[in-house]
Amino acid sequence: MFRLARAATRAPRTARPLSTTPPTRDALLYLEHRDGKLNAGTLSALTAAQKVNGKVVGVIAGSESISSAIDSARRLPLSRLLVAHSEQYDHHPPSTLAPLLKTLMEKDDSLTHLFAAHTAVGKNVLPRAAALLDTSIIADILSLEDGGEVFTRGIYAGNAISTVKSGESRKVVSVRATAFDGADSSSSDQVVVEEVAPVQVKDHAPHVSEEMTLTARPDLGSAARVVSGGRALKSAENFGSIIEPLADSLGAAIGASRAAVDSGYADNSLQVGQTGKIVAPELYMAIGISGAIQHLAGMKDSKLIVAVNKDPEAPIFQIADVGLVGDLFQVVPELTKKLS
Amino acid sequence: MFPTRANLLRASSRVDINVLVPIKRCIDYAVKVRVNPDGKGVDNTVKHSMNPFDEIAVEEAIRLREKNKDLVDSITAITVGPQKAQDTLRTALAMGADKAIHVQVGDQHNVEPLQVAKTLKHFINRDKFELVLMGKQAIDGDENATGQMLAGLLDCGQATFASSLQIADGKATVTREIDGGLETVQGNLPMIVTTDLRLNEPRYASLPNIMKAKKKPIESVKETELPFDLKNRLETVKVAEPAQRTGGQKVDSVDDVVQKMKEKGLI
Repeated sequence: MFRLARAATRAPRTARPLSTTPPTRDALLYLEHRDGKLNAGTLSALTAAQKVNGKVVGVIAGSESISSAIDSARRLPLSRLLVAHSEQYDHHPPSTLAPLLKTLMEKDDSLTHLFAAHTAVGKNVLPRAAALLDTSIIADILSLEDGGEVFTRGIYAGNAISTVKSGESRKVVSVRATAFDGADSSSSDQVVVEEVAPVQVKDHAPHVSEEMTLTARPDLGSAARVVSGGRALKSAENFGSIIEPLADSLGAAIGASRAAVDSGYADNSLQVGQTGKIVAPELYMAIGISGAIQHLAGMKDSKLIVAVNKDPEAPIFQIADVGLVGDLFQVVPELTKKLS
Repeated sequence: MFPTRANLLRASSRVDINVLVPIKRCIDYAVKVRVNPDGKGVDNTVKHSMNPFDEIAVEEAIRLREKNKDLVDSITAITVGPQKAQDTLRTALAMGADKAIHVQVGDQHNVEPLQVAKTLKHFINRDKFELVLMGKQAIDGDENATGQMLAGLLDCGQATFASSLQIADGKATVTREIDGGLETVQGNLPMIVTTDLRLNEPRYASLPNIMKAKKKPIESVKETELPFDLKNRLETVKVAEPAQRTGGQKVDSVDDVVQKMKEKGLI
């Protein structure tokens, strides 16, 4: 019975010309991790990668310290999980990771696509891997169709959407995290781990040190709510005393405009915009932000945009769902009080 | 008895470096781009200027030389672009670059990062550059790829999204902006460094320097003279306007804001 049923569903497939349906077209996904946790953007990239053929091979790399990230990765909807154990992969260095990804892609003919999240790590590593594979990169995609042949991506700071078609035999794709839902990471069937040999190459620019901004708030890139402050806050003290209580009352991450970052009111890791983070939360509150094109590119896909600005002509009001013209130094504390 | 250059080099064990600064002519960042009704591209008849990240790269190259005159031997700007991209090269020369290379392509041809990277590699092999300083991304294509691809093709170090750069003893030390903070990497030259916004504040070219720049050499190369083609690998099927938001609603009071948030189930 079972065999018959399978044969029946297969029948129409054989009618298609063979040349247009390669035997397999699976995706390799680079799994980004930090402090033993998988990056949220990677889960979105997995959803995008599944749209190629359904089957996604994950690859994770690093020293022994990645064991808890591997445990999380085994609960993802992956067909296989490749693990490259080596200290040379700690901190995601492009000099050593790109050759590993190239080797894995070339070793397995079924792998036609290489995916990663369009994060600082993905942006750093993926184009280098693409160059080694002599293929173009399709960066920061918003959607994909036709089994990963056709892609859409924003150009000119998101002011135009370009649809591109790739005829390359291998496609290298980075994924905008906010354009895809995160894949389910709670499967009870654990993916079998396959160890792969590290590719021994020189790290041309090794990691020396890092300085992370510590915060107890949700991560800006994946938060459901974001409260952002702009130049109108006038000082770092005001930024702290006005924006932080509002963010805390909503359980929101804090963001900032480039003007606020450049004036030293907020750390540059909080910058929302074309040159900073791209966010698409349920709620985005823009406080004292005029709404320059570059800022809008980073937040205009948010579900509900609330803007507070004293200039009724500020461009932010053209896209805000709820706009309040007023002095933020009066309005925001009042709002915070009513929300707590 | 003046010391010869060779003696100086031996005495200080310092390596003079030649800096290559790839730049791109883009639609000016302040222009609101319009999609053409034919769905094939955007209106290109608007103001163009140097990609802002590339201005930062030019500025950094000049500052490197200003900080230490013996360190930087030459600064060469290079672009792959239409005839008008020469204006952008002149801007780089007016800021302080010494010479320029123009790889000329058709007006409508926006060359993809991989082919630009191959072109840069070609000139690096020809002229020997020890440091490439370039923008992290161009604000038209937004790919953020050319520098990384070039480093891969050359098999040399890359330090992307730089917010600080130091060069000493043939090594580059770069602080990079990463998600959630900063990372410092260090490696031997040659190195490809891509600039982030906070690396520096680019200068304006003064009028005398703009005049001087007119006399600086620009080498012009046709794309057909390259030993490979610059054909795009990706086909642009269409270019469309993004979905428009139906925003624009203003409310009168904080209570109205709270009410709206309640309606959306946010509180």
